[in-house]
Amino acid sequence: MPHINLPSEFPGIRSLFMFRPETAAPLNALVQTLLHNPHPSLTAGERELIATYVSGLNNCKYCCNIHGAIAQHQLGNNAQIVKQVLANPYTAPISQKMKSLLKIAAKVQSGGKNVTNQDIVNAGEEGATDIEIQDTVLIAAAFCMFNRYVDGLATWQPDDAELYDKMGEQRAREGYLTAPFKVNREPEDL
Amino acid sequence: MAHIKLLNEDLPGIVGLLNNRPETAKPLLDLAETLLRGPSSLTSGEREIIAASVSYWNQCHFCHTSHAAAAAAHLKSGLELIDEIKAGLPNTPVSEKLKVLLHIAHQVQRGGKNVTEEDIAFAREQGATDVEIHDTVLIAAAFCMYNRYVDGLNTWAPDPNEAYAEMGERMANVGYGRF
Repeated sequence: MPHINLPSEFPGIRSLFMFRPETAAPLNALVQTLLHNPHPSLTAGERELIATYVSGLNNCKYCCNIHGAIAQHQLGNNAQIVKQVLANPYTAPISQKMKSLLKIAAKVQSGGKNVTNQDIVNAGEEGATDIEIQDTVLIAAAFCMFNRYVDGLATWQPDDAELYDKMGEQRAREGYLTAPFKVNREPEDL
Repeated sequence: MAHIKLLNEDLPGIVGLLNNRPETAKPLLDLAETLLRGPSSLTSGEREIIAASVSYWNQCHFCHTSHAAAAAAHLKSGLELIDEIKAGLPNTPVSEKLKVLLHIAHQVQRGGKNVTEEDIAFAREQGATDVEIHDTVLIAAAFCMYNRYVDGLNTWAPDPNEAYAEMGERMANVGYGRF
C-alpha cells in the first residue's frame, strides 16, 4: 500500500502526478525533453534504453518495466534488445558508443563522483559527443530521482506485462504529456 | 575541469551545465522553483534545509553550500548554517516535524525502498501531512538527480562558504526562474 493517500487507478509515477499536479508539470516536461523530443544525435530508443538500464540498477520495478516497454516500441517492437541490455549491456547487440554511454550511466547511478576521466575518454573514442555525454549523465541522474520518487512513496507497481506493453505503446507514440488511462482494479487488489 | 567542454567555463556547478543545454535547463529550473519556492505548508527555509542536507549526504559541495546559503538567506541565520547542516543542526532550533522529514529524506537519499511504514507513521505523529511527506520525498529524490548531474560531469565549484553568500541571497529572493 502506498505511504500516502494516492488515487488507486493509476500505477507508479502516474498516481503521484495525479496527487500533485504542481510538481507533475515540470517532471513531465523534463522526461519529455530528455527522452521523447528530437535530440541532436541519440534516438528516442537509445535514450529509453539508458532510462531502463538505470531503473533496473535501482531495482525500480515500475520504471524499469514501463521504460523497457517504451524502449521496445521505440526500437521497432524489439523486446530482445531490452532484455539483453538489462542482463548485460556489454554483450547486447548495441553500438560500442552506447556501451560506453551505459557504462557512464551506471557510474552516475552509483554516485556522480564515480565517473572517471577514462570513462569519458573511452566514450569519446567510441564517437560520443559532449552533448551525448552530458545528456547521458542527466538521464541517468534523472532516473535516480524518478526511481526514488516512485519507490520512496511505495506506489502501486503492477506485475502485468500486458499492461506495461499497452502503456509503453501509448508513450512511445504520444510522448509523456497526454493523459494516462485508468486501470480497473479488483477490490481485493486494493 | 569539467568532463566536457562547456560554452562558458567560468560558470560554477550546475550553472555551467544549464547554460550549456537550455532545452533541459528549463524543466530543471521549473522543478527547483516549484519544489523550493512554490506554495507549500513547509517554509522555503525548511525546504532548502532538506535540499542542502541531501546534497551534503551525497557529498556534492556546490549544491550543499549554495542551497545551505539559500536556507540561511530565507531564515536570516547567517552563513554558519552551512556548517550547522553538515553537523546535523545541533545548535539550530528546528521543529520535531522537520527532524522526522529530514530522516525520511535521508532514507530516500540511500534508496527509495528504505522508507518504512514506521518512518511515515512517525512523521504523521509529528503533524506531517501527506503533501509534506510527498514533497520531502520528491525534494530528496530531485537532489539525488541535481547532485549526480553536477558531480557526474565534474563541474568546478568555489571552495569557501563566503563565496556562496550572494548566490544564496539570489536563490532565496529572486528564485530559480533565471540562472
